[in-house]
Amino acid sequence: MPDNLTREVRLMAENGSPVPRTEPAPPGVPQQAVFDVSGVAVYYGDFRAVRDVSLDVRQHEITAFIGPSGCGKSTMLRCFNRMNDLIDTARVEGDISYHGVDLYDPAVNPVEVRRRIGMVFQKPNPFPKSIYDNVAYGPKVAGAKGNLDDVVEEALQGAALWDEVKDRLKESGMSLSGGQQQRLCIARAIATDPEVLLMDEPCSALDPIATGRIEDLMVEIKERYTIIIVTHNMQQAARVSDRTAFFTTEVNEESDRRTGLLVEYADTDKIFTTPDDERTENYVTGRFG
Amino acid sequence: MALTTPASLGGGIAAEQVRRQLTGNRSDVSGKAFQAILIAALATSIVILGVLVYDVAQTGSGTLTGRLGDFLQGSLRSQAEASGILQGLRGTFFIGVFTVVVAFPVGIASAIYLEEYARSTRLTRFIDVSIRNLAGVPSVVYGILGLAIFVKALGSFTGPDAQGRSVISAGLTLAILVLPIVIITSAEALRAVPAELREAAYGVGATTWEVTKHHVIPYAAPGILTGTVLALARALGEAAPLILVGAVTGFLSGGTGMSLDSLDERFTAMPIVITTWAGRPGADWEQATAAAIVVLLAVVLLANAIAILLRNRYEKKRG
Repeated sequence: MPDNLTREVRLMAENGSPVPRTEPAPPGVPQQAVFDVSGVAVYYGDFRAVRDVSLDVRQHEITAFIGPSGCGKSTMLRCFNRMNDLIDTARVEGDISYHGVDLYDPAVNPVEVRRRIGMVFQKPNPFPKSIYDNVAYGPKVAGAKGNLDDVVEEALQGAALWDEVKDRLKESGMSLSGGQQQRLCIARAIATDPEVLLMDEPCSALDPIATGRIEDLMVEIKERYTIIIVTHNMQQAARVSDRTAFFTTEVNEESDRRTGLLVEYADTDKIFTTPDDERTENYVTGRFG
Repeated sequence: MALTTPASLGGGIAAEQVRRQLTGNRSDVSGKAFQAILIAALATSIVILGVLVYDVAQTGSGTLTGRLGDFLQGSLRSQAEASGILQGLRGTFFIGVFTVVVAFPVGIASAIYLEEYARSTRLTRFIDVSIRNLAGVPSVVYGILGLAIFVKALGSFTGPDAQGRSVISAGLTLAILVLPIVIITSAEALRAVPAELREAAYGVGATTWEVTKHHVIPYAAPGILTGTVLALARALGEAAPLILVGAVTGFLSGGTGMSLDSLDERFTAMPIVITTWAGRPGADWEQATAAAIVVLLAVVLLANAIAILLRNRYEKKRG
């Protein structure tokens, strides 16, 4: 990554102006890395939840984290927007850089990080406010003034929800169905015009039809965003992602506690057809987990 | 009990057998007994409360219907028929004001800091436990604290002419008495705010202040309100600490002023009036005491009613 862009991002992170949106690299040119993760371990107090994670997340790709329960994939996801900061005992070791800027540098403001790196959660969690206010909230706290109608419409269009709600923007976001609520949460996340979307099992509370719509939506919007998705559903990872990271757990003999670790990270096709590691193969073929 | 599958039997017989199995009356004696105990417990509380209220209302009815205006506007006198509770109401009103103005903001702010801002350390856990213990300290102890600090040490400020034995001292003492209750109930209400709501707001780049102001406080408001009104009711009903900070139990000249200037004069309050009158002999005093109790109950119920109205409004907003 060129130094001048790094400096530019650093300046913008300090000044609070939006990140430049770079076009997808033409075919044949290596994709830019948005995140560079090396040797990361996350602790909750003395407990090491996940260890030895090294991977790079490329721009305009969907990266999937798969693995059995407790393997640390959600924990790892929450490191990318400093969501783990909300847990008092959480501690991150190793390097996570975003466009070459260390995300855990003391000078970095987690609030600015979260404006650039949006998040969609496992359970749809709209605010108990109107649909309009749900979407407008992010831009408002980011300092947007005046009429946000266009921003709200664009975000709802982007989340493929506009046609269903355009006549009832004043109604509570809670009045929508589960699948609509999750798309509302996606609209809320993209309303701040982030560069990255982190999705933590976004379809686990949804029926297959709603899941299909969210998956289609992800593939549609990866032109604009870089997406990292945590999923329990291997078919989902196979359907939507470009690259897949497989995590697993190992039991510490002494303490009898489970720690997650990254086993293999490669193109999704390779993970699901010719993985290098036996554990990956056992998992994706359903012999384990 | 093995359920024979209907398919293995003829249609009519099968239906009959399934019906018998499904309607089989398994007697649940211990369950029924437990339910009866629960109902009996509830009935006991309601009956006791009902008898108390009825008895007091019955005894006080003569005073309340005969001379309600005089009773509410009169001063403490040596004859029961001529006595009124204006001075007591005035003292209780200002104690309520002090509780609302001092204990509510300080208590709610402390709870917000502990729950939303402070990291969980050994110190904050120690503070948390200490506050819980403070809520269990007998009210007389707070009275001694009020006597030492507000009456003696700060007497020149709380009431130079009354040697500190003013409604300011009483109000501050009771505000401190209920402070731990306000903190605990507010903290519980804040703890009940779903983590998903906080995460949603943090996730779009809100600061801690914005998350607290826009989402956490509105969601917790009904719970905070319920707790604070319980605290207010407690403050209005306390007598012991007031005796220690020098509430007047006999006769009181003045003590009716509603201006801020009058706050540093000597005072009395409803619980003091009630305990004093209850100790006097004769049916007249008994009647006057009962009437005073009814008025105090009405005041507390009014405060509760206002709180419920406010809570319903907040809950509607919460959606």
